[in-house]
Amino acid sequence: MPSILRPCLVSFVLLSGLTGVLYPAAVTGVAQAAFPSKANGSLILQDGKLAGSSLLGQPFADSKYFWGRPSATGPFPYNAGSSSASNLGPSNPALVDAVKGRIAALRAADPGNDAPVPVDLVTTSASGLDPHVSPAAARYQIGRVAKARRLDEAKVRALVDSKVEGPELGLFGEPRVNVLALNRALDELR
Amino acid sequence: MTGRDGLQIGLYLVALLALAWPLGTYMARVYEGKDTFLSRALGPVERLFFRAMGVRADDDTTWKDYAFAAIAFNALGFFFVYALQRLQGVLPLNPQHLPGVAPELAFNTASSFTTNTNWQSYGGETTLGYLVQALALTVQNFVSAATGMAVLVALIRGFVRKESSTIGCFWVDLVRGTVHVLVPLSFVFAIVLVACGVVQTWSPYAASSLLEGTTDAEGRIGESLVALGPAASQVAIKNLGTNGGGFFNANSAHPFENPTALSNFLVMLSILVLPAALCHTFGAMVGDKRQGWALLATMLALFLPLLAVCLWQEGAPNPSLAGLGLDHASNMEGKEVRFGIASSALYATVTTAASNGSVNAMHDSFSPLGGLVPMWLMQLGEIVFGGVGSGLYGMLMFAIIAVFVAGLMVGRTPEYLGKKIEAYEMKMASLTVLVPAATVLVGTAIAVSCSAGRAGVANPGPHGFSEILYAFSSAGNNNGSAFGGLGAGSVFYTTALGIAMWLARFWIMVPVLALAGGLAKKKMIPASAGTLPTHRPLFVAMLTFVVVVVGALTFIPALALGPVVEHLMQHG
Repeated sequence: MPSILRPCLVSFVLLSGLTGVLYPAAVTGVAQAAFPSKANGSLILQDGKLAGSSLLGQPFADSKYFWGRPSATGPFPYNAGSSSASNLGPSNPALVDAVKGRIAALRAADPGNDAPVPVDLVTTSASGLDPHVSPAAARYQIGRVAKARRLDEAKVRALVDSKVEGPELGLFGEPRVNVLALNRALDELR
Repeated sequence: MTGRDGLQIGLYLVALLALAWPLGTYMARVYEGKDTFLSRALGPVERLFFRAMGVRADDDTTWKDYAFAAIAFNALGFFFVYALQRLQGVLPLNPQHLPGVAPELAFNTASSFTTNTNWQSYGGETTLGYLVQALALTVQNFVSAATGMAVLVALIRGFVRKESSTIGCFWVDLVRGTVHVLVPLSFVFAIVLVACGVVQTWSPYAASSLLEGTTDAEGRIGESLVALGPAASQVAIKNLGTNGGGFFNANSAHPFENPTALSNFLVMLSILVLPAALCHTFGAMVGDKRQGWALLATMLALFLPLLAVCLWQEGAPNPSLAGLGLDHASNMEGKEVRFGIASSALYATVTTAASNGSVNAMHDSFSPLGGLVPMWLMQLGEIVFGGVGSGLYGMLMFAIIAVFVAGLMVGRTPEYLGKKIEAYEMKMASLTVLVPAATVLVGTAIAVSCSAGRAGVANPGPHGFSEILYAFSSAGNNNGSAFGGLGAGSVFYTTALGIAMWLARFWIMVPVLALAGGLAKKKMIPASAGTLPTHRPLFVAMLTFVVVVVGALTFIPALALGPVVEHLMQHG
């Protein structure tokens, strides 16, 4: 028994020091020196104030903004202090009702637009903070946004097209549009 | 699935195999105590550890001492993680002033991290401060993985040694695995993750204005608190060590934990690279590389068809949403746009093949059969790659069962790697298969029979049963992923699943070590014309068959009540 006590306690203390103190501290040191913006959350500064992160989505419900994906965070959508998902099963009637409600809201905000609704625009994301929508979901909203802002549709469409990002390195992931970046650019459009 | 998706998956497999080979060879040298290209830098650290601990690099113990050391070390870790969580409120490095964690949740999280399960009943950014994340969770991510690798190496020694009463020294293996393998790999990977956008800071959460703002029950909200923290250092080892417990609640779906499809690709590689590499370590240490290849081939033979099913099911539209006026309608509920279907289905298959359990999409919202794939991969015993160390020692138990079955067919005494497989070996191997299966099925049966168990269900109908079955499959095989709707924070589930994790970890580890001790004592029998070669495609097929038959016979009745019924109801 005594023969096990020393290696057990000492290895625990030393390994904790190495992996729980030195290692995170060293990673932080290198990260803050080499990639300060990214290590701190890719935050957006505007007039000296924080205006979100380029990696996190924000809630949008006004017709004059592009809407992002529905968010299941509480107590308000896109709560960046409490990520979470709906965890609704595929056959849950609550999922069907929620999707119906979101389709109705989209149609009510944009009467006359009978195009099929892109699925990502009416289903919640995994994190509740998804910053992106599919290019189809952004294009679906062009008419509504242009009308609400009294802008030429072609101008809004050009802006959306300029904000479409392709798969990374042409290979990984999906084409997408960062909704916050799009809406910020929209506010600057005259 | 598009051509690009196929290309990504192909590239994934090529990169995995290409990385696993040199890494596996490197690890064999580490555990054999030979010099490597990092010895000059890391050798002094190792020697410092040994001197302080009072052990010598050539210490050698019996399997009982080995097992006792492993259990004592993990028990100490458990109490430390538990205490740190309970005392969080009065400890430093907790900028959000999060209170001490409730006892049942602290028990569950401590069990979860010391058993390499990393089941996530805690809420990440809303429950745990930076001190607990770094000094409790990150440390256990390292040492629980190093424990798994150590036990595997001890088992390999059992095959290699002849008429020996010892199988190595746990303390030496523990320190070598951490210092020479896990820490350097994690350090490099953590920096790469930060370069992709994963956060790494000790600053408090940042208040940030919202462009439009929103409302909650109390009124208008113009600002949101952005959760931050030392995430990259933990995410790196969470994946390399097949741990999987998230820094944030949404785990690898959170943009700060997995910001881009490229980081996602690298994370998926990091999940399988050590379990795949250890196959080569095994081959190198037993002196026949083909033996390692055969086990790796078996893992791939099980992995690829299941991946195909998951991809196919998730890419299909959800029939419950048909006729609502949606476009092509692949199953995007609970998935992130930057990953889409292919990267989410691949991730789900990878993370449950390995006993990782981190998620980049919510498995609870997967299609019924898409969710069956991760569930069954866990139920197979976490041996299709599996946990670092634990996956391969689990697969070796199946290899022993496979040679035994083959021996029965031809009426010869079975042998594996020159060691006779007799009643004692079969008893131990059978235990490692029966204990997790019994834990999963009995646990599920208890949960559905009592109101405390049924109260946790979030989705109605067969999907609710799937949530419970998934939870016990995950805890009972040390995976840690979840059908997240289940109210796993209740006293019933935190306790029941906490116990399941302990059973699954140590009721496999101890029989494996006992088996290693027994094998080491045996003579080596030279291969003869009647020996079944265990490196040929025939054996790979045989082993695959045994794994599938055992997994299917044990779990198809339970799966039929959950995902299969739900699928039939949706398509009926």
